[in-house]
Amino acid sequence: MRSERAILWLAAVLLFAAGSAHAILPIQHWQTTSGARVYFVENRDLPMLDVSVEFPAGAGFDSKEKSGAASMTNRLLRLGAEGMNEDEIAQRLADVGAQLSGSFDTDRAGLALRTLSSREERTQALDIFARLLQRPVFPEDVLEREKVRLIAALREADTKPDTIAALTFYRLLYRDHPYALRSSGEVETVRRLTRQDLVDFYRRHYTAQQAVVALIGDVSRSEAAALAEQLTSGLPRDDGAELALPPVTPLPAAATRFIVHPAAQSHIMIGAPGIRRDDPDYFPLFVGNYILGGGGFVSRITEEVRQKRGLAYSAYSYFSPLKQQGPFLIGMQTQREQAQEALTVVRNTLREFLAEGPTQQELTAAKQNLVGGFPLRIDSNRRIHGYLALIGFYRLPLTYLDDFVKKVEQVSLADIKTAFARRLDLDRMVTVVVGATEAQAAASQAPN
Amino acid sequence: MRIAVHRLRLAACLAASSILWSSAMAAAADAVEHTLGNGLRVIVKPDQRAPVVVSMVWYKAGSVDEFNGTTGVAHVLEHMMFKGTRSVPGGEFSKRIAAAGGRDNAFTSKDYTGYFQMLHKSQLPLSFKLEADRMANLVLAQEEFAKEIRVVMEERRWRTDDQPRAMVYERLMATALVAHPYRHPIIGWMNDIENMRVEDARAFYERWYAPNNAILVLVGDVAPQEMFDLAEQYFGGIKPKALPPRKPQEEPSQLGLKRLTVKAPAELPYVLMAYRVPVLRDPENDWEPYALEMLANVLDGNAAARLPRTLVRTERLANSAGASYDGIGRGPGLFYLDGVPGSGKTVEEVEEGLRRELHKIAVDGVTEEELRRIKAQAVAAHVYQRDSMFFQARQIGSVESAGLSHKTLDLMLEKLKAVTAAQVQEVANKYFNDDDLTVAYLDPQPLVARKPAVPPPGLRHAQ
Repeated sequence: MRSERAILWLAAVLLFAAGSAHAILPIQHWQTTSGARVYFVENRDLPMLDVSVEFPAGAGFDSKEKSGAASMTNRLLRLGAEGMNEDEIAQRLADVGAQLSGSFDTDRAGLALRTLSSREERTQALDIFARLLQRPVFPEDVLEREKVRLIAALREADTKPDTIAALTFYRLLYRDHPYALRSSGEVETVRRLTRQDLVDFYRRHYTAQQAVVALIGDVSRSEAAALAEQLTSGLPRDDGAELALPPVTPLPAAATRFIVHPAAQSHIMIGAPGIRRDDPDYFPLFVGNYILGGGGFVSRITEEVRQKRGLAYSAYSYFSPLKQQGPFLIGMQTQREQAQEALTVVRNTLREFLAEGPTQQELTAAKQNLVGGFPLRIDSNRRIHGYLALIGFYRLPLTYLDDFVKKVEQVSLADIKTAFARRLDLDRMVTVVVGATEAQAAASQAPN
Repeated sequence: MRIAVHRLRLAACLAASSILWSSAMAAAADAVEHTLGNGLRVIVKPDQRAPVVVSMVWYKAGSVDEFNGTTGVAHVLEHMMFKGTRSVPGGEFSKRIAAAGGRDNAFTSKDYTGYFQMLHKSQLPLSFKLEADRMANLVLAQEEFAKEIRVVMEERRWRTDDQPRAMVYERLMATALVAHPYRHPIIGWMNDIENMRVEDARAFYERWYAPNNAILVLVGDVAPQEMFDLAEQYFGGIKPKALPPRKPQEEPSQLGLKRLTVKAPAELPYVLMAYRVPVLRDPENDWEPYALEMLANVLDGNAAARLPRTLVRTERLANSAGASYDGIGRGPGLFYLDGVPGSGKTVEEVEEGLRRELHKIAVDGVTEEELRRIKAQAVAAHVYQRDSMFFQARQIGSVESAGLSHKTLDLMLEKLKAVTAAQVQEVANKYFNDDDLTVAYLDPQPLVARKPAVPPPGLRHAQ
């Protein structure tokens, strides 16, 4: 205990000495006239600017019938805007060295731009960016082509053991919740998507009141404010009410599937619905999971599966907190013939962790890494930009990064044990093994 | 995770070893260099944006330095470097770095093997202490080896054996080249991994792991002179070795078109083509590699480039199409084209389309507008990559490992900016002949053993 405190204190001093007397990261926050939330860090070190605009428009907002609409809407934002076809968009952005990307996950979707901050380049890149966000065209012929491309890619993905495992896993985990839906849609639902579906999805989800603008780079506060206006004033409007997702119901019972596949390796996924982004247990679970399977080579799962037994190249666990309960997941791949052994090892590791919790030594080591390594989390514009977008979308406190070290330090052994016990029950988890032998698959047909 | 660097997606090739992205960092190359008495070169690039540092030790030894029957040994040794020295037990390396708030890992490529730590600058002595220790004192215990070789087999299954397009790349390399060791996969052939012995790893270690065959690259909030002193303190006592002469192993000229087919479980077919081309040897006097780099970017350097625009979007011949050029490396160079046929199209048609796009450039050349666009991208990339210390350290290490000085990066940018449309057309005419071409097709096979997932009753509505 004594040595832990001493070391952590040292790390914290180093950290704050390295920063300024003020907040670690001075985040400026305001709303545009249209109601969009803006999060900005001025950083003049490099003549560049990163900006993203994101909305509650991820795959979780799809309906079962139109699964894939969210993803296709996001994809087509880049492929046609008022007065510009897809080639012109690509050319004019490349002409000024700008990099455009779509962002899309379970909750969030939007566009991101990296550009030089010099006036000519920045103006051209942001004019295009603003038009893509606010004046999308969703061209009919581009949609038809992209549907064909996507359906081919889905069919290809459907042959892969990792895809089969993930699809099965999320269906079992989330059942009738939209988080169970395939993020890019199913072949059948994608085939049926119409231009009107995309227009409707865009109008409902890409609204000014829901928008989160995250900016970091070589512009002043007043320039950032003008940019945020430019990017959001022409967005669709709504009544400002939060776009909600239904809660996730608890798993009624364990569910296990072994699926035959000819791949050399079995892909194994074990998990349960985990936590919401605003869960008060976030830090105990985050620190605890570092010890269990999040800390790479120093985690228990890697130690048991890889270091001690050579069963897998990669074995890990994580919580992925979302608007509703995101997944807790343990994943690994191992030679087909030893899948059962690996499964037993990882289940025993989890059982022991849930029953006993981590040791004091493990907790100390975890805190040393997470506290001492904090500067690495914010060592580039790219990383800071990621935090700005996260804080904005999930309405985390502006002091989230300032508080990070303190929150990690506060976690106790008891906190971890209690938090894990509240979330995970070894007898109520989803287990999927793709790449099973015929015998394993047959044996798993028994009720569980 | 003890990464073996592979080139699965050709489009991703641009990242590590292309001249465009290497040279783009040119103007920022204020790196300072010093060589210790034992031959260890230390290259320091100060970057004060955050109180952190990236430290990398690069050994100029990769899969290219392996002998018959031991393919993959460079990569196996990379794994074993975490398995203990006389004073630091197996697994302790990563534990100590983690406890210092650091992240660590390693990567193996054709020309080099690299080890890195990212940490708060105050923790750098720990990184140096551990790296210096395993440079000279690795134990290589049989018991650890027996476990780790199984991990490497799993890695190969995961990266290659179960990845149809990775299999195509592996077989294409083994066909395109006949003598040069670039023909072997970095991770090694499975049978060689299965029969690898700890003595093989030890022999490779003893042969190549020495201060006079290594470069220490540092990027971060550090002062060069302090780093040179610190390096001297920790690495200075390690004895240099007499390095064996490197054989040129020059690849003989190709005597005609080669074709191969790879059958693997998949849904979509795929075509991968490779032309033999020169690589950069003399940054001052060569011009063709710069022109080849421009050619690759005219074809596939951005969303507006010719292959995505013409083959994917306009003609809808391909679901995806790409081009890339490995211009920096110790061995022979290849220029790749690849594509996945669109709906109702064949690999033959995609091959024809890729050839046609090359032919158009050979006949009609490229426009000034296209060249200007790529140069604008290079200038912007020069700024963007300064946002990542890791990327900057990796760039310095990879050009050095290819035998080029990081000091020529400025020059490389200037040379690239000086490429003319006529030069691009000239290399398009000179190098893309059938006699120097290898073409691989993926022939998708059904997943015979696969049975569809049976959703439990009541869940079918979620399908």
